[in-house]
Amino acid sequence: MTVGLFLPCYVNQFYPQVGVASLELLEKLGCDVVYPLQQTCCGQPMANSGYEHLSSATDELFMRNFHEFDYIVSPSGSCALHIKHHLHGKDHEASAKVRASMYELTEFLTDVLKVEHLDAKFPHKVGLHQGCHGQRGLMLSQMSELVAKPFSKLEKLLGMVNGIELVDLDRKDECCGFGGTFCVMEEAVSAKMGKDRVSDHTRNGASFITGADMSCLMHLEGILKRQKSAVEVKHIAEILNAG
Amino acid sequence: MQSSRDNHSTLAERFNKDEARVSWHDQTLWWIRQKRDKAAWSLGEEWEGLRSQASQIKAHTLSNLSGYLEEFEANAIANGAIVHWAADAKEHNEIVHKILQDNKVTQLVKSKSMLTEECHLNPYLETHGIDVVDTDLGERIVQLANEAPSHIVLPCIHWKKEEIGELFHKHLATPAGNADPSFLTNAARIHLRDKFLTRRVAITGVNFAIAETGEFVVCTNEGNADMGAHLSDVHIACMGIEKLIPLRRHLGVFLRLLARSATGQPVTTYSSHFRKPRQGQQLHIVLVDNGRSQQLAKEDFRNSLKCIRCGACFNTCPVYRRSGGHSYHTAVAGPIGSILAPNLDMKQYADLPFASTLCGSCTNVCPVKIDIHDQLYKWRQVLTKEGYSPKTKTVAMKTMAATLSKPGLFSFAGKWARRIMRIAPWLVNNKMNPWYKQRNMPAAPKQSFTEWYKTNRNKDKK
Ligand code: SF4
Repeated sequence: MTVGLFLPCYVNQFYPQVGVASLELLEKLGCDVVYPLQQTCCGQPMANSGYEHLSSATDELFMRNFHEFDYIVSPSGSCALHIKHHLHGKDHEASAKVRASMYELTEFLTDVLKVEHLDAKFPHKVGLHQGCHGQRGLMLSQMSELVAKPFSKLEKLLGMVNGIELVDLDRKDECCGFGGTFCVMEEAVSAKMGKDRVSDHTRNGASFITGADMSCLMHLEGILKRQKSAVEVKHIAEILNAG
Repeated sequence: MQSSRDNHSTLAERFNKDEARVSWHDQTLWWIRQKRDKAAWSLGEEWEGLRSQASQIKAHTLSNLSGYLEEFEANAIANGAIVHWAADAKEHNEIVHKILQDNKVTQLVKSKSMLTEECHLNPYLETHGIDVVDTDLGERIVQLANEAPSHIVLPCIHWKKEEIGELFHKHLATPAGNADPSFLTNAARIHLRDKFLTRRVAITGVNFAIAETGEFVVCTNEGNADMGAHLSDVHIACMGIEKLIPLRRHLGVFLRLLARSATGQPVTTYSSHFRKPRQGQQLHIVLVDNGRSQQLAKEDFRNSLKCIRCGACFNTCPVYRRSGGHSYHTAVAGPIGSILAPNLDMKQYADLPFASTLCGSCTNVCPVKIDIHDQLYKWRQVLTKEGYSPKTKTVAMKTMAATLSKPGLFSFAGKWARRIMRIAPWLVNNKMNPWYKQRNMPAAPKQSFTEWYKTNRNKDKK
């Protein structure tokens, strides 16, 4: 199976190890992974700031890079959601196909590859941060607001990792406050939200915070580092590929 | 009171100066969110079905609003009520004032009504020499403090009980240092009882108006609306035109959802039906548009009129909990306020749709299933296109879009950004960078993923 790998722009630049882990993980699971070198960004930073009309050039670029793949996989709930909902290239039919071919990494593992077993080891206490776009947008897990049966694609996968211990949080799916440009436009609230999220994890004994979105984790990491905390962030791909 | 020109971000920053207080505010509201969850789960599978029903009843009503309004008016008149129509806040206030003048009244009691807050009725009447006493305990507290409510259901949620003790000491002569909630409630009760007995006019809000019968329902926990209305010679009920539901039997759906969503109670303590005026009493109903038909005409934003003002979206909103109601500088704050206010004034409220991370929790709790966070996203597009975005942001976004659409430029910029961050970290780690104020920047690796890929996987391909 051939998979086109899409990396968020900031992951490419600042967290290459997440790209490496995603690539290796998919390869281990038997995929032939292609990373189109001309890729940049999904266009979400503009669109969420109210400049959807400026994202047509990035939309076209995305189309050029990915239109021929049956499966496009990205280790980001947020970017995957943006492509699925807001990619509008000039060629409508091809755009619809690309939107339908877009998968967030964990949902690709559970729903398409139907992974039931992983050869991974991560003997640590881990707190799972639910990125809102992945959770409420892509429904990677049940949401605390809804009266419905619990499920979680992320927890299912983490459960296959040897030695891992997931900690219970007081608020299991509260937003971390990153929110794209929100993190600088609304600095005070954003930072307070992040601090509260971090303390939920540390209070409950996590040594690592993981999640399917590096943007949330980058924000939480910034706070952890400022607090000189020993707690680290790891993208879920790094844990699923560990050991 | 609400004339602040500061935007949400500035007001929120001010609120965040006292971090311990922000945590207290957050936890207080989260506790209510948890009570709501419990109440929703107590209905089990029925809950989501009720939400869908309510949403559909409202959708149907809104699509046939003019017909149901006429039906309601005809039935209300047949019941003996006097019906008034107000196109906007100004007309609403004038109508109420005229009724007071006709009855030669200069004092009145008012139970909770977010519509009268939206229309700024209190300040209007005060400038005309009318004394208004809010009888909802929370509203009375903010009124004594000369503030606006910070929450549509819990107007004084931002006040601590010790502070209320001080306020009552000052205004109601309670003993200094007494902050016992039941003592203070009782003091307020005695203070209000006198107002109830001496005022001849009572204004109430309306939670639901029923087209089929021409009656309306007011939900309170304190019974203050009933007390005011029943003791009055003139009862004025003010309502937005979206408060309508077609049939009385629809009420069960909404009453079950309203209190559970608002406070986690199975039902409000009082759900009072008003149909006919008592003999000798006048019953006025003021139907107010104030931008609602304009909102109804906008397909993307129409659904916002389904709102039953339960406040659940406030309590769940991680931003609201940490910025406080006053940071929204509008009568209806929170997520729903952020999609209602720009309809009234795009320029003044252009900041509100951006006061959100689009996390989507509001949409999930909303008992009438308003797609709140999607509407926030859509308002952002509208406001930007209409030119209500800061110029500096537009320049930044254009640069960003240009960089991101050219892979070569993107790699080049990325490489230099990382290099600069390694060589001269002080260039980004400074006060000019809002990120850096309370967060460290990510470490800048030597190699991007693209560069790694070229050396490790892509040797033979281009
Ligand atoms: S938008 Fe929904 S959740 Fe918010 S106040 Fe209105 S009805 Fe309640």
